[in-house]
Amino acid sequence: MELTGADIVIQSLKAEGVEFVFGYPGGAVLHIYDAFYKQEDVQHILVRHEQGATHAADGYARATGKAGVVLVTSGPGATNAVTGIATAYMDSIPMVVITGQVPKHLIGNDAFQEVDSVGITRPVVKHNFLIEDVKDIATTFKKAFYIATTGRPGPVVIDIPKDVTAERCEFNYPSEIKMRSYNPTVKGHIGQIKRATELLVSAERPMVYTGGGVILGDAAEQLTTLTRKLGYPITNTLMGLGAYPANDRQFVGMLGMHGTYEANMGMHQCDVLLAVGARFDDRVTGNLEKFCPDAKIIHIDVDPSSISKNVKVDIPIVGHVAQVLDNFLKVLDETGMEPNTSALEKWWAQIEEWRSQDCLKYDSASELIKPQYVIEQLHELTKGDAFVTSDVGQHQMWAAQYYGFNKPRRWINSGGLGTMGFGMPAAIGVQLAYPDETVVCITGEASIQMCIQELSTCKQYGLPIKVICLNNGYMGMVRQWQEFFYEKRYAMSYFDALPDFVALTESYGHSGIQITRPADVRGALEEALARKDELVFLDFITDKTENVYPMIPAGAGLNEMILV
Amino acid sequence: MRHIISILLENESGALSRVAGLFSARAYNIESLSVAPTDDPSLSRMTIVTTGTDEIIEQINKQLNKLVDVVKLMDMTADVHIERELMLIKVNATDGERDEVKRLVDIFHGSVIDVTDTTYTIEITGNGDKLNAFMEALSSISILEVVRSGLIGISRGDKAFG
Ligand SMILES: Cc1ncc(C[n+]2csc(CCOP(=O)(O)OP(=O)(O)O)c2C)c(N)n1
Repeated sequence: MELTGADIVIQSLKAEGVEFVFGYPGGAVLHIYDAFYKQEDVQHILVRHEQGATHAADGYARATGKAGVVLVTSGPGATNAVTGIATAYMDSIPMVVITGQVPKHLIGNDAFQEVDSVGITRPVVKHNFLIEDVKDIATTFKKAFYIATTGRPGPVVIDIPKDVTAERCEFNYPSEIKMRSYNPTVKGHIGQIKRATELLVSAERPMVYTGGGVILGDAAEQLTTLTRKLGYPITNTLMGLGAYPANDRQFVGMLGMHGTYEANMGMHQCDVLLAVGARFDDRVTGNLEKFCPDAKIIHIDVDPSSISKNVKVDIPIVGHVAQVLDNFLKVLDETGMEPNTSALEKWWAQIEEWRSQDCLKYDSASELIKPQYVIEQLHELTKGDAFVTSDVGQHQMWAAQYYGFNKPRRWINSGGLGTMGFGMPAAIGVQLAYPDETVVCITGEASIQMCIQELSTCKQYGLPIKVICLNNGYMGMVRQWQEFFYEKRYAMSYFDALPDFVALTESYGHSGIQITRPADVRGALEEALARKDELVFLDFITDKTENVYPMIPAGAGLNEMILV
Repeated sequence: MRHIISILLENESGALSRVAGLFSARAYNIESLSVAPTDDPSLSRMTIVTTGTDEIIEQINKQLNKLVDVVKLMDMTADVHIERELMLIKVNATDGERDEVKRLVDIFHGSVIDVTDTTYTIEITGNGDKLNAFMEALSSISILEVVRSGLIGISRGDKAFG
């Protein structure tokens, strides 16, 4: 039977097993919306802004590992989606974004709501397509999902002119796709893996440093087994939290700009570094010239271009992290190689000494609510198992430092692009994927206002997200930099016209609580978490002057932290 | 160092802009870029001349390989290879200059492909150095217009890239 292009779009999504499409209608996609209306297989979630659609799909993808799907109209629909596409791109999140386009004969004509969506998104996608023939829709969708979810994942944009969605053809969804120009299956070189294992066990001061690639590659289990077997200290990047249980003694915390003293000192003094699914980002390495001066480096990554990009490594291994780590375990088993335990004992003594500095301590006797305390209490009440999304700023760093993630895919934040406005819509995607789980959005009073309209989406779909706003009345992270590096000239980092968040939340049909005293923090969290069926907005009025410590200033090495 | 990178690329709309966009977004140099379809109409062959440190060249190769439209890539620099570029050049040629220009064209194995009372249009091929040398040799002649195709290259011997 012949179907219209719009029906083929829906059938293709169905064939890919898509549960949700996050979108917003408009002229160029009305045929597709009409096709949505006539079916019940794929659920459409109506957001309030296209940026929200992309972040919601992104949150869904981060929590589930499946591709998030977005549908927006041409022109402003597509441009509004760009921030979310770039956010997904920077963190390698699988996503398929369908953008409507003006009819083919108008392309290039400056037609109403025309933008060159393929051109605008090109630098922030893994790949993109313009479909010019209805017969190409099915194969293009197959390719798009294949590209988005394999190798190093990323967003793929499919631009479809309106007339193509009205044309008809036979629908045949390809069961398999091969592309001569794209072959993501890479196996780690076994010789390299053997050499690396030898180097690894010879270490006297080893360090395991892992990033978002371990989460994306579903390799947390292998990583945990290997790290436990070796008995080595392990640190995670901001994107890698949850890959190794935070409550385990071998975990030394996050590293980098706001990493722990023990993680950063350990990095600085290690003699062998095992980097897994991490990309030596500038927020992690600090000054490259001072980075890991004594270390031989092993780097495992699925993307060859991540290897030796910023830091020259000694043993590169290109491959899927899970498979490569499995091979490490196999080599260890087969050869019976063992780590140098006496050296390791000395190394751990050194690490424990660093750890005893207690670099994350804060004034717990304060009369004011300390943001760190709020996160610690949340951790206790949710046992480190909640899904936590965040926005960008100090609250994000405190969430990363104090929540203590024990499982992968629970910590959902914009690391690469650092997109304020991400947290609330991302929580929507996570809560839809896991309706019975606790989903918390940790945010700041500035960030939340960037996508606050999505509170309306939460109402429409009955999403019981818990919003934890650490309200310090400042763009706190900006204020912190101005305090440290601009002699306290607080240019534009202060809001003197904040909304009443409780009233605002109520006007969206939810409830809100403002908390001003430390003694009320735990009770408010308990109450919010107990209200399983509703969204609760907790507005914590926190100490305005609190800073994120430790901190590595720009240009410094990892051993040159500012401590509390 | 200067590198010549040959790429087989899907002959799709937008493929060229992906390559060009990669170079500008990552601030890599392009000295020249030439592209045209091959014997297989679904493929284009692109030759890029670029410069950079070893690390940058390594990244350029890896980043190009990552583009979904790139089917195959070869850095020709290390191999024995042949480089060619085509130049069309229009010069003033009046009176005594006409003989002088003609002589130079012969020395450089070029040819005059169009003539007016006052001008010659010359075609010349070779590697970049030869074309530069030819322009230098013309220093006393006034050059009206220069068009260069950008470099293309192919490896020597029976080894074929494709
Ligand atoms: C879209 C966007 N614009 C600007 C910034 C720069 N920026 C980073 S943190 C920050 C302040 C965030 O303030 P808030 O949400 O209140 O969080 P806090 O730091 O106070 O916890 C700003 C403006 C950004 N990351 N994203």
